[in-house]
This record gives sequence, C-alpha cells and structure tokens, in this order.
Amino acid sequence: MEKRSVFKSTWLPILFAAPQLLLILLFFYWPVTAVLNWAFTLEPPFGGAAEFVGLDNFKEVFNDQLYWHSVMISIIFAICGPLTAIFIGLVLALAVDRELPGSGFFRFLYILPFAVAGPAGGMAFRFILSPERGLAAMLNEIQPDLWNPAKYGSHALAFVIIIFIWKWAGYTFIFLLAGLQSVPRSLIEAAAMDGSGPIRRAIDIQVPLLAPTLFFLLVTMMTEGFVGSDTFGMVHATTRGGPNHATELMVYRIVDEAFQGLNYSGASAQSLVLIGLIMIFTFIQFRFVERRVHYK
Amino acid sequence: MAQIDIRAVRKSYGKTQTLHGVDLIFPTGEFVVILGPSGCGKSTLLRMIAGLEEITAGEIAIGGTVVNKLEPRERGCAMVFQNYALYPHMSVADNIGYALKVSGVPKAERRRRVEETAAIVGLTDYLDRRPAALSGGQRQRVAMGRAMIREPKVFLFDEPLSNLDAKLRVSMRAEIRKLHQRLNATSVFVTHDQVEAMTLADRLVVMNKGRVEQVGQPLDIYHRPASTFVAAFIGSPAMNLIDSRVEGGAVRLGSAVIPLAPAFAGLEGRTVTVGIRPEQVRLAAPGTGLVAIADFVEELGAGRVVHAVMEGQPFAAAIGAEVRIAPGQPIAFDLPAEHLHLFDRETGRRIEIDGEPAQSRAAAATLAPALS
Repeated sequence: MEKRSVFKSTWLPILFAAPQLLLILLFFYWPVTAVLNWAFTLEPPFGGAAEFVGLDNFKEVFNDQLYWHSVMISIIFAICGPLTAIFIGLVLALAVDRELPGSGFFRFLYILPFAVAGPAGGMAFRFILSPERGLAAMLNEIQPDLWNPAKYGSHALAFVIIIFIWKWAGYTFIFLLAGLQSVPRSLIEAAAMDGSGPIRRAIDIQVPLLAPTLFFLLVTMMTEGFVGSDTFGMVHATTRGGPNHATELMVYRIVDEAFQGLNYSGASAQSLVLIGLIMIFTFIQFRFVERRVHYK
Repeated sequence: MAQIDIRAVRKSYGKTQTLHGVDLIFPTGEFVVILGPSGCGKSTLLRMIAGLEEITAGEIAIGGTVVNKLEPRERGCAMVFQNYALYPHMSVADNIGYALKVSGVPKAERRRRVEETAAIVGLTDYLDRRPAALSGGQRQRVAMGRAMIREPKVFLFDEPLSNLDAKLRVSMRAEIRKLHQRLNATSVFVTHDQVEAMTLADRLVVMNKGRVEQVGQPLDIYHRPASTFVAAFIGSPAMNLIDSRVEGGAVRLGSAVIPLAPAFAGLEGRTVTVGIRPEQVRLAAPGTGLVAIADFVEELGAGRVVHAVMEGQPFAAAIGAEVRIAPGQPIAFDLPAEHLHLFDRETGRRIEIDGEPAQSRAAAATLAPALS
C-alpha cells in the first residue's frame, strides 16, 4: 500500500497552493475573462464605459478579406513549419542515435538553436538570408530576384517558416532522440540480423515505435505555430507582416491590431477564433492521427 | 550448412580486453554450447559471429568465408535473443515474415512460408496477434520461427531460455533440440546454465574470463575437467576441491590417506588440489576414511546433500534418502581413488600422465566406454 500523508487542517494546503492559484488567476483567468468580455463589447482604448455590441466584432473580422488571408497563411505556416521541423529533428535524431564518432558534439550542436529566442533568431536570419549579401546574393546573381523576401510575399512566408524550422528542429530533436534511446537495442539488432539496413530499420522499426512521441510533437508544434510567442517574435523581428500582409500570421495580426491599432475588441474576437481553430486542428489530430499511434 | 572457424579472436573495449585470443572450430551441423559465468565473454563471442560486435583482432570464418568485414545480413546467420526482441508493433505473422519482406519475397510466397514455419513452431492460431498478447513460451517460439524462416546456415542462441520459468525451460529445451535435428544447421547456443549446456550440446565450450577453459563432449568434460574452474562450474552440487600435497605416493585429505596409481610417482612433493564429486563420495564405517562435521543438509526428495566442514574447508556429499544426519554430527566418508581428480595447485590445470586421469588404470578402463 502506498502511504499518503493527509493534512488535517484546511488552511495549510490552501496556503501551499495559494501562490500558484494567485498566478493562474492573475495571468490566465483574468485575461481570458477580459478577452471574452471585450470580444462582445466595444472597448475604448483610453478607458471609459464599454458598449455591448453582440457579435458585431466577429462580423467585422469575418468580413475582412485580409483576415481570411491571414487565416490561410497561418494554416500554411502551422503545417509546413512543424512538419518540416519534426522531419529534420527525426533525421538528425536517427543519425545521432547511431552513435557514430562525434555524435556527442553534434547532439549539443543540434539542440543549441532552441536556446536562442525567436526574435534573436529572426534578427540573425535577416542577415543570413538577406537578398543583398552572402548566400542569397549568390543565388540572385544567377537570376535577379530569385530570392527576395522584401519583394515577394511567398518568399517572405518561406523566410519566416525557415526561421521557425531552424529554431524548433532542435527541440523536436531532443524529444525524438530520447524516444529513440528508449527503443531496445536488441530490436535494432534483430532487424539487422533479419537483413534490414539502417534506413529500412529506421522506417520499419524505429519510426513506428516513435509514433507516440511524433504525435505529441505534432500537436504541440502546431499549437506553437499558431499561437507561439516566438512565432510572433520571428515575424516582428523580420518582415513585420509584410510585404503586403504576406506574412501577417494570425498571432502577429492580433498583437498588431491590439497594441498598434488599439482595437482591443477586434483583437479579442480574433483571439477567440484562433483558439477555435487550434481546437479544430487538435480534434482532427486526435480523431484521425492518434488512431494509428500504438502506445505500449 | 557451414563450419565456423574462430581464429585467435580478441575483443577489447578501449583498454580493457574481454576476449584474450579464442581459437575454436564448430563443425557443420553440430550443436555447440558455450557455457560460462556472466562476464566471461561468451555473449560477446556470439555477437561477433553474428556481426553485432566488431572483431578487434583475429578472424571468424563461416563456411570458409572470412566474415570480419561483412554486415550481419551478409553472414547467413539467424539469432534468437535473450529477451526475444520481437517487433512490438507487428503481428506474429509480420514478425516471422519480416526477413522475407526485407529480402523482397513476393507476398503470396511469403504468406505460404510464414504459415509453414508457424506450423512447425505451433503458432498457427496466433498469427494475427501482437507479441504483447502472447505468453513467454509463445514469444520464444515466435523468435525461433523468425530465425528459422530464412533457412540460415548458422543458428545463434543468446541465452534464449533464461526468461522462462523452470518447467517451460525444460520443454523448450527439448523443442530446440528437435528443431536442430530437423534443420541440421550449425547451432551456437550461449548459456550460463550447466543443465542446458549438458543436455543440448554435441560439443561444449567452457569459458572463463575471456578464455576458453575446455572444449569437448559434455560427458568428457564432466568426467575429465581440464581445470579447477571447469571442475567447480560443471556438476551440481559442485565438485569438492581440497588442497593437499603428494607425499609417499599418496594424497592426504584430513584424516584420509588415499594412495595414488604408480604412474603418479613423479608428483612426489607437489602441492595439488584434489577434486571429488559429491555424488561419488560414499559413507564409510565410523572412524575410517575422511571425517567431517555435518553443517546442514539439503533435501532433494530423491536424495539429500550433506554440507560438512573438514578442517575448515567445505565438503559436500550426495547421500541416499534413507540415511539421517543431524547437523553437528561427525560423518566418515570413503573417497574412492578411481574418482579422484588431481589439479596443479598453482595453475589450476588438470594433472594427467600419458593422457590418463589421476585414478588407476582399472578405473580409467571402466570410464572409457562413457567417453567414446
């Protein structure tokens, strides 16, 4: 039998829980209530009484062509970014897991980008992928404007997706490496005896056994792609939503609208739509992807 | 069908050497058991044959081809792992058929051969199950089926029975033996269990600390252990080993003086270790032979084992169930000279003269039929 200690008094456990409760109330429930409230009222930015407007905020949002454009590119971003980041993390983890000489050094190297904040990474990539110099300049010498994120929306979107991948591939790498290391070595050896080479083993044995980890990463990374603070930071530090709204991801648009446009109500309404969108995606993932995942 | 030649094989991990030059030949179709305590290098040797460990020095050849640089799949070996190593996300049929799938055998033929193999190992009704839904013995059979289906030249077993309960182990042992007779592939079986080793082996290899102690037929090794290590490791209860010295053509063990055959005259004055198996010790009339004080008695049902102390050294004897012995009671033992083993005290190696064991010629003659 497991021994449990029971607190007889009521105030002691509450005292222990109080700091955490206070933080949650202050920084989660209060803002959420405010957002819910603002989404259905017209909130004056400089104080004063709010006016209840029902669904008008949502009507306004949904009637905006640019908003639908933002939803589209957010979905592209939250699918391409996470999937590629997971794929690259997986390839790197499979390589490091083989424990070839030097794998310890590379393990360290691959995790490193995760320690860099999104905006800082964005700053760095502004130089790395700048069309005027370095790598991209060589490309542009072949054909002018082969790469110019300042001019073409699609290039700009690819640009922020690359930063996302660069940052999060290291994160997925850690999880996948940990997952791979829990696959019994004898299974790999048995597959090798069965005549299976390294790539075949990865596809037939390791990846299926990693399915729970892959699924976890898919859900968390997609959520990160939609609402991650770093996602905002990356856009803010590089394209600022441009050119011509091409990289105006939902999360960037919400912050921009609220704190630049001071349209708290519109931003709140968009927040609620974004939450709804994440819920739909998560539901789809659990409904259709998770069925194929075997937990042991 | 292939012979395995192991020539001066060494293995080191960094500076620590775990195999110190092993030379062995496993003839085609034989069932070879490698026996030794844990850490003796037996699994390492097996894994080197399989291609799962690199060979630091020396050569391994399978069927005449040196395989040092070959990948596991190119060596024609199949292996049964200690923990079975079944693919948990595949059904029994997919587990068994995986090797065929990898080598691109068409689906219809694959299914036919999987069914055939499943019938041999008695898994026909379980083909759709996952390994998690099988018992230990069934998992073991899947592992064997998976190894069999490729029709390998060489079968490798890495302590495959150690995860099974005692009863299942006995029946699986018999099945492995039958399977070997049926397939006739060269089999190498690694174990630390001497009963498995004695019952399965055509040829037994006893290893200790990265060296081969003795190679031979199980009975031969039982009757003529080459060293004190082999003598103590094989046989249950373990052989009594008592330090002594050859004086006046005899060895003295406590109160007993046992004359040696004339051939051993040259040993005069040497310090030796005298060995005798507990089952060959007999009770003697009180006051004669070797006297020891009974310490405790192990009941085995069919008989019992008396653990006694003789001049500070432990001494065990297997006696019939009809004799009653109380702890603390002095017992007299008779040690038949023909069952004595002599070992050099310094090197631990067996002392034989002209290939004769320590005992008299007459005794050796009675043993001879058992050896051939």
